[in-house]
Amino acid sequence: METTLKVSKIKDGTVIDHVPAGKALRVVSILKIENNPDVSTTIAMRVQSEKLGKKDVIKVENKYLNRDDLDRISLVAPDATISIVSNYQIKEKFTVKLTKTIVGILKCPNQGCITNVKEPVNSEFSVVSERPLILRCFYCERNMTEKEVLSQL
Amino acid sequence: MLKNKSIVSIDDVSESDISEIFSVSDRMLNALEAGKKLEMLNGKIMATLFYEPSTRTRLSFESSMHRLGGSVISVSDVKSSSVAKGETLADTIRMAESYSDVIVIRHPLEGAARLASKFSTKPVINAGDGSGQHPTQTLLDLYTMRKYFGKIDGLRIAMVGDLRYGRTVHSLLLALSNFDVEVTLISPQILKMPEHIRERLGKNIKVTSRENLDEKMDEFDVFYVTRIQKERFTDQNEYNSVIGLYSIDADTVGKMKKNAIIMHPLPRVDEIKPEVDYLPNAAYFKQAFYGIPVRMALLSMILGA
Repeated sequence: METTLKVSKIKDGTVIDHVPAGKALRVVSILKIENNPDVSTTIAMRVQSEKLGKKDVIKVENKYLNRDDLDRISLVAPDATISIVSNYQIKEKFTVKLTKTIVGILKCPNQGCITNVKEPVNSEFSVVSERPLILRCFYCERNMTEKEVLSQL
Repeated sequence: MLKNKSIVSIDDVSESDISEIFSVSDRMLNALEAGKKLEMLNGKIMATLFYEPSTRTRLSFESSMHRLGGSVISVSDVKSSSVAKGETLADTIRMAESYSDVIVIRHPLEGAARLASKFSTKPVINAGDGSGQHPTQTLLDLYTMRKYFGKIDGLRIAMVGDLRYGRTVHSLLLALSNFDVEVTLISPQILKMPEHIRERLGKNIKVTSRENLDEKMDEFDVFYVTRIQKERFTDQNEYNSVIGLYSIDADTVGKMKKNAIIMHPLPRVDEIKPEVDYLPNAAYFKQAFYGIPVRMALLSMILGA
């Protein structure tokens, strides 16, 4: 079935495609763009996708993503495709990749973990499973579920 | 190879490391029994930092180091010294590593030993971190089973008591999941083995759970009994509802297999009656003793002697 996105092209910025259906608002929240007056955001939710069945798409004008943004997005949308647009042309296109270790982004949900007291370390998690998302704290070795991850993003 | 390696979690020790630790432990045991004086760690210093009380673990680490000819430095009450002044664990470790060749740490927070190993260029041994891991206890537990039965594969093991807070049973179950064993977890609902441990188990192990101790007791080779820790309960009524649930006396032992053994990480309170101490099934004091050859083996391997 031929599908057409009912959202217009952007001149400069980033297109985040192949976001799991229903997760777009979470991605917007991760990027902290909802209150930024210089950034226009267009969101399409639950549109047809050959790859995912249904997907969300986000077009963000006048914003380019940094490494930290990409790492956070990969936790919510492990298949997301990022297109960097300049003057209506796609200059670069790539897929986000869940890094093997997630450093400094999340807080360990185990209250008894040493990383939750005043020590000069960043939190650090390894990826045990991508689907469903399960992370393991490098320090206390407790697993962190997708629900716990999403509650922090 | 364990040379210069930290042992924080039982996962830091491979299956081949475990067999090597056991054969070195056998040699240490022979030397101990022969009264042989060892000097392989002469000139080496072990620092012990115990942020939580300990009797056996601390004494056996210190004794093991002395038995190998090494020496020990320690802070009598680290909690009221550097911590009271607001020093981070990271800073305490940076100091301790410059004073010693190996650091042994017990701490109430999970992951403390891992953090210590990150800030130390010297190897760190975890002697218990909160309700996390206690890998050297696990090694001596496995060694005890092997000494009594000649092997670990094929054993049927019952873990009894507080499986929720007891770190020894957490580490032990994870380690046993690399062997072909059957484990039955016996505890009241409120003290069940945490899900975060069960979900990490390997595929070989067969685990079931129940609340009642008094059924099919003759099926088990090992009863690993733990103390229900009063200090973990905020509700006294809850504690009263579980204390004494699994009391092992001579009658209970009578229902066990003839050669079954009873293990306990100690201290015990009243979960094993003193009359059991005199039965051949009581393995817990021998188990505590095996802490010496096993820790001697670990220290000598880590310090490359």
